[in-house]
Amino acid sequence: MNVGGFISQLLQVLIALALAPLLVGWVNQCRAWLQNKSAPSLLLPYRTIHKLFIKDAVVADTASPIFRIAPYIVFGAMCCAAAIVPSLATDLPFASAADAIALVGLFALARVFVALAAMDTGTAFGSLGARREMFIGFLAEPALLMVLFTASLISGSTSLPTIVDTLAHREFAIYPSLAFAGVAFTMVSLAENARVPVDNPATHLELTMIHEAMILEYSARHLALIEWASAMKLFNYSCIGLALFFPFGIASGGDWLGVVGAAPTLVAKLAIGGFALALIETLSAKMRIFRAPEFLGTAFLLAVLGMLVNLLLGS
Amino acid sequence: MAIDGLLLTLTAIVGWLVVGALGLSRPRDLRFISHILFPAGAVIALLLAAGAVAAIASPPQTRILALGLPDLPFHVRLDALSAFFVLLLGAASAAISIFSAGYFRTSEGTPPGAICFQYHAFLAAMALVLIADDAYLFMVAWETMALASFFLVTTEHRLPEIRRAGFLYLLIAHIGAIAILLCFGVLQGGQGDYTFGAMRAAHLSGGWPTAAFLLALFGFGAKAGLLPLHVWLPEAHPAAPSPVSALMSGVMLKTAIYGLLRVTFDLLGTQLWWWGVVALALGLVTALFGVIFACVQTDMKRLLAYSSIENIGIIVAGIGLAILFKAYDKNLIAAIAMTAVLYHALNHAFFKSLLFLATGCVLHATHERSLGKLGGLIHRMPWVAWLALVGTLSIAGLPPLNGFVSEWLLLQAFLFTPSLPQSFVNMLVPVAAAALVLAVALAAYVMVKFYGVVFLGRPREANLENAQDAGTLERAGLIYLAAGCVLLGLFPVTVIGLIDPVNRLLVGAAALHPGLGSWLMLAPLNPDRSSYSPLVMLVVIAAVVLLTVYVVHRAYHGRVRRAPAWDCGFPAQTPQMQDTAEGFGQPIRQVFEAFFRMERELPTPFDREPRYRVTVEDPFWHWLYLPVARAADRLARLVGFIQQGRISVYLVYSFVTLLTLLAMVR
Repeated sequence: MNVGGFISQLLQVLIALALAPLLVGWVNQCRAWLQNKSAPSLLLPYRTIHKLFIKDAVVADTASPIFRIAPYIVFGAMCCAAAIVPSLATDLPFASAADAIALVGLFALARVFVALAAMDTGTAFGSLGARREMFIGFLAEPALLMVLFTASLISGSTSLPTIVDTLAHREFAIYPSLAFAGVAFTMVSLAENARVPVDNPATHLELTMIHEAMILEYSARHLALIEWASAMKLFNYSCIGLALFFPFGIASGGDWLGVVGAAPTLVAKLAIGGFALALIETLSAKMRIFRAPEFLGTAFLLAVLGMLVNLLLGS
Repeated sequence: MAIDGLLLTLTAIVGWLVVGALGLSRPRDLRFISHILFPAGAVIALLLAAGAVAAIASPPQTRILALGLPDLPFHVRLDALSAFFVLLLGAASAAISIFSAGYFRTSEGTPPGAICFQYHAFLAAMALVLIADDAYLFMVAWETMALASFFLVTTEHRLPEIRRAGFLYLLIAHIGAIAILLCFGVLQGGQGDYTFGAMRAAHLSGGWPTAAFLLALFGFGAKAGLLPLHVWLPEAHPAAPSPVSALMSGVMLKTAIYGLLRVTFDLLGTQLWWWGVVALALGLVTALFGVIFACVQTDMKRLLAYSSIENIGIIVAGIGLAILFKAYDKNLIAAIAMTAVLYHALNHAFFKSLLFLATGCVLHATHERSLGKLGGLIHRMPWVAWLALVGTLSIAGLPPLNGFVSEWLLLQAFLFTPSLPQSFVNMLVPVAAAALVLAVALAAYVMVKFYGVVFLGRPREANLENAQDAGTLERAGLIYLAAGCVLLGLFPVTVIGLIDPVNRLLVGAAALHPGLGSWLMLAPLNPDRSSYSPLVMLVVIAAVVLLTVYVVHRAYHGRVRRAPAWDCGFPAQTPQMQDTAEGFGQPIRQVFEAFFRMERELPTPFDREPRYRVTVEDPFWHWLYLPVARAADRLARLVGFIQQGRISVYLVYSFVTLLTLLAMVR
């Protein structure tokens, strides 16, 4: 328990909070370019959040307190996750309180609360969204866990900083298991962050929406927190992917200067990752909801295959 | 002064029987029974739990009772394993007894005094099962337990479907009991000594240990609800009064787990690795089956019953893993798997009791078990709803509550597996781990459905507006169980410290090691490898939440307006437009269609009164039970041929039998 560790811990969460809306803005901008549209401002997500915070919150008559506390819990869970994921540094005191399995648990906690809040108002779209979200989650969550297990087997640990430290300091070698895991992880991330081809963040068409259907009843500060938490979720997923599969440039010391030094690398990696995400979203079409199990089942099987390959080849 | 745990347990058993007998003496005096007898039973349970905590760490105690048959006295023994399960029994049943004090009312069925007797006899029999040290007493207690619970299940015995459920339960309980009896027969190894001490000493050769293990798995599996003998659970639980469901699901299923552990790790000296594979596979198939069927249930107690099947499956999978490691002498890792098993048994006793009791409150308030006719109860029954939320989050395996701890431990055990010498097993493990996490993720789906449909949204029927919240005693029971879920979740190291003597007894190693981790930080084997601290996690989440609330309200404002729900601007909204239980389970039904036997009744465009009906049946009825029943029927008809109903024919039979016997004996 060192002071430097705490500072880099805090710094990492604050940077995540600050950068997350920017990442969303960047992805939207890239997608607009790729689709030959005029791009919205890079800072639009910040303005949206600020605007929402100013407005008066409207809460449905039928809603219970669960509806009102859910955004805060989701936001808290995502901040916690940002503290565990080694995006900038691997010396994270809080990471010893929650390992990779607990990280998946945190995401599940957030998902369950959003789904419960969606059912709370008793509207048709709310329960439809909750049902679909839990449906996506029941396949995505195991797949994510299997991806993390593959990495855990390589490093002999479920603690995320240790995993990333091990992966960053190995001699250059290609792990076939990580290749499987990487593909699986990409697919899971698309599903979990409500992206095309599983969901569409830009739609409010009743037949297709999943995540948006759940948060239809939210307004003002509650909606702002939910939007910010979704941005944090995208940020966290990107950082997990970058840390597992491109683990260079992450500070390993307990020095907060190292954290600041690692930030430009992270921004560069995220910029490339965000562009890749926009590219995937542009190139693929949204699939029917009942094709999603096939998509996620493939991800799940790939992740299990990754684990098997790891055991078979011992690498 | 050291507490004699065994004497305390025996006293508690006698105490419960006395309480029950007092209930019989004034069978219709509801005030006496609910204000004095059930609370007295709860106090006994609490004392028992406290004594058991002390007894877990003390050396085994034995006693020979002056009861039983001549030359065949009852042996009792309290070691760490027994004491742990006695603790589970006492801790969970204390809450259920307090709840029952407020729950039971006069009804058409069994009078309250008789319920009180059956209930306490049931508790006493379960305690006796746990401390029995010979096969004779074990079987007597086991059968008493089955009978007492049968009468409790059939409390509303005037309804034919409840009688039917009760008989199904009794039948499967006896099929299991026969297997257990045969298992003890194998274990005694031909010496004719049926004490557990002699069975430990007996050296079985050849295939006999395997026979004993498989018989135990079958026999105790029938009681626990393992596939394919699970069919009684979804029938008996909805039939029974809710406190009885809680007791059966939360505690009685654990006596079967106790029996399996006792036979496998204690009475049988050595374990073979492939027993572990069998148990692991059976457990995982049961878990997946249970949770998939829980997804499509429309009756809230039936849904919880299938969820119990799932949890038992997870526990048995953990036992399989522990056997596997123990067989390869990897005791340290076996201890982690065993800790997960015991921890999950304890967790399940708390959260499943909590949820069953909550359904009892809902049932009393609304007289409705069907999920399609409930909804919005959080506004009318806030106490029950918020306490049930704790149980829901726990059972869904979410941090920082208790369900997550045992799942975390079990997954850790899976990750340690690759060090086994058998490559076949090594290949199996990722698949098994994948099946486990799939079951756990589906459990979250089930619980969101359960909680969302019952407590959230808008009431689907008009009569729900008058639903009453639970009474004081009922609330006390629920609060106790919810607090248990939270504490078990937040202080895993303390709980595992309590479990460790059992680990040492069963697998010869402890899960906690001095110097690794602290009371705050759970770190089995090595903190670099994995560590988990729920309390820190909770504090951080709570701090972030409070800070966010403060900053948002300070920097902006906290104004709220109430308005009708927007719902994309759709004008005519009725409560019927919310998802029903069928609707919520529909995606799962579609994905796993091959597993179900479904009957669908679809409306056509020309129907005057369009109806949509779908019923999902357990395929095992058709695969297994109906063919067996038909075969038994046919056999009975063949044998029935010799039953002519004329006394002269029967005399001929006797005559022929006598002649045959004479010819043989001579």
